[in-house]
Amino acid sequence: MTQTVFAPWDDPNEKPLIRFQNVTKRFGEFVAIDDLTLDIFEKEFFALLGPSGCGKTTMMRMLAGFESISEGRIELSGKDIGHVPPNKRAVNMMFQSYALFPHLSVWDNIAFGLRRDRKSKSEIDARVDEMLKLTRLEKFGRRKPHQISGGQRQRVALARSLAKAPKLLLLDEPLGALDKKLRQDTQFELMDIQESTGTTFVIVTHDQEEAMTVASRVAVMDEGRIIQVSTPANIYEYPNSVYVADFIGDVNIIDATATPTGENTYALNWIDGQPPITAETKTTFSTGQKAHLAIRPEKIRISTEKPDDAANALQGKVLDIAYLGNLSTYHVQLPGGQVIKAQTANTRRIARRDITWEDPVWISWSATAGVLLEH
Amino acid sequence: MRRFALIAVPYAWLLALFLVPFIIVFKISLSDLALAIPPYTPTMRDGIGDMFAAFDFENFVFLTEDDLYWRAYLSSLRIALVSTFVTLLVGYPIAYGMAKAPDEWRATLMMLVILPFWTSFLIRVYAWMGILSNEGLLNQFLLWLGLINEPLVILNTNIAVYIGIVYTYLPFMILPIYAALDRLDESLNEAAEDLGCSRMQAFWLVTIPLSKNGIIAGSFLVFIPALGEFVIPSLLGGSGTLMIGKILWEEFFNNRDWPVASAVAVVLLLILVIPIVLFQRNQQKQAEAEQ
Repeated sequence: MTQTVFAPWDDPNEKPLIRFQNVTKRFGEFVAIDDLTLDIFEKEFFALLGPSGCGKTTMMRMLAGFESISEGRIELSGKDIGHVPPNKRAVNMMFQSYALFPHLSVWDNIAFGLRRDRKSKSEIDARVDEMLKLTRLEKFGRRKPHQISGGQRQRVALARSLAKAPKLLLLDEPLGALDKKLRQDTQFELMDIQESTGTTFVIVTHDQEEAMTVASRVAVMDEGRIIQVSTPANIYEYPNSVYVADFIGDVNIIDATATPTGENTYALNWIDGQPPITAETKTTFSTGQKAHLAIRPEKIRISTEKPDDAANALQGKVLDIAYLGNLSTYHVQLPGGQVIKAQTANTRRIARRDITWEDPVWISWSATAGVLLEH
Repeated sequence: MRRFALIAVPYAWLLALFLVPFIIVFKISLSDLALAIPPYTPTMRDGIGDMFAAFDFENFVFLTEDDLYWRAYLSSLRIALVSTFVTLLVGYPIAYGMAKAPDEWRATLMMLVILPFWTSFLIRVYAWMGILSNEGLLNQFLLWLGLINEPLVILNTNIAVYIGIVYTYLPFMILPIYAALDRLDESLNEAAEDLGCSRMQAFWLVTIPLSKNGIIAGSFLVFIPALGEFVIPSLLGGSGTLMIGKILWEEFFNNRDWPVASAVAVVLLLILVIPIVLFQRNQQKQAEAEQ
């Protein structure tokens, strides 16, 4: 049995549900969105990820219709929606503050949008009950928003925005107000609901772990531009820039000058008194070109003896150990003063850990462990 | 003990400044008119026992016999209700505009609402006489514009009383509504629009219900003092303007009939107890909702 991989973005015949074409948004002098082009496909769970002020919320508000477009156009199912007011769009939004109507019960909150469509009473009843069931809120229909917990409020907000069966659901930091444990459970719940309803979700978040967990594709944004759009795995393993590598997860960045030593292999001179680092990459660098090696801490091995099979091995001493329970991150200081982070899984009990502070250790990684980046 | 001392202060205040005067007024309302100083009998000088023996409800019965009082109470209620409603119609958009104004403007707008209080209330009412009279600013202006050929008679009519009450009590309407609207989360309106409401529908379905407590508080703050108002009807109203506050004043100072005037005041207070209790309940409910 072959499983078809969900990847409409790789299919040139697939029509996107949303298309941003050279969209620019200015607030006075400030450019919030800078000539941005992006396609989002049906049934995608798309994450807009970036630090605050990067323009991700502005993009979402343009999709909802709360912000006008300064230049360019936004299409939904092939139609320009630039001048369609928010109440006429087949797009619903789940607000960061949830924006539940405090004077209405949970039931009436969910029915609010359906009533505006002048649906019959039995239709509304059936749909609201379906939504309450989907979000496991059957018991709370009669309560007012201030009489339920934060997690339940979050689910009411989700049920309300899904009730009208929108083509596109926008989620603005949907889990930001929940504590960590609840947030993780809710992430999986969101994915289940997205899958079972088949709705296209666009989520805005500054939490990279959340984006990686829920999304089919992630767009990393900075200063009104999209830096990289790809699947979570690609973003993590093959970041296209130091910015993305640094934003997603933990990373060591080594600045160096590249010298080709063979096909796709380079010697990186990074600091006087240290042997050059060997790295493999498909990107072409000329002799003497600046290059940045991004290497994840978990791809670096730490050992007490010099490994003899590694392409790169450096000696240093342990400066700090961050014990995270399942993992430990070692900060290893090299003789030149640079600190490299190496991470290992704690497969043994902590009492039997053989490396401790101030110990001389070897760190090593293979030629393909890191990603060589131009900028 | 310290707790008792702390509670004692407001209670002593209420006792000295509310309950004691009220008991005195109530006592006078049970007395009879007399040509004496003070102008009623009996007094303490007649002895406590004789004084209590001479008390009766004659004055209250008198209020029911002369239909002037009934009509005055009803007319006051009507004028107070209508002017409260007009104040709401004028005040709500102002409060809404203030709440939606840019942050740097709000303090200035608030100042403009409160500023009239810096001038004596009487002077402001006299100023309205100057504006509304036949030769007043308003008529001069309308004549100059050519909108009217002869001056409108506004002063000394009920219209002038409405204008006076609405003008005077407008800040009491604006401030509680502004406080309610100011707390309103803008995203609630966006959510309503997102779910299919037009701007207008969102206003009726979200903004109005959520500013309800402000509307109620403001309406009571206008209605309660407007009901007993006497300066405005005396100065701006005509001979046809019947308001209980004005009657009260006339009984005291023109007729020098303190017992009947006191009876009028006691009945007015009883009428006001109902809206005051409702107002208190609204405030309490609001406080509970915010917890």
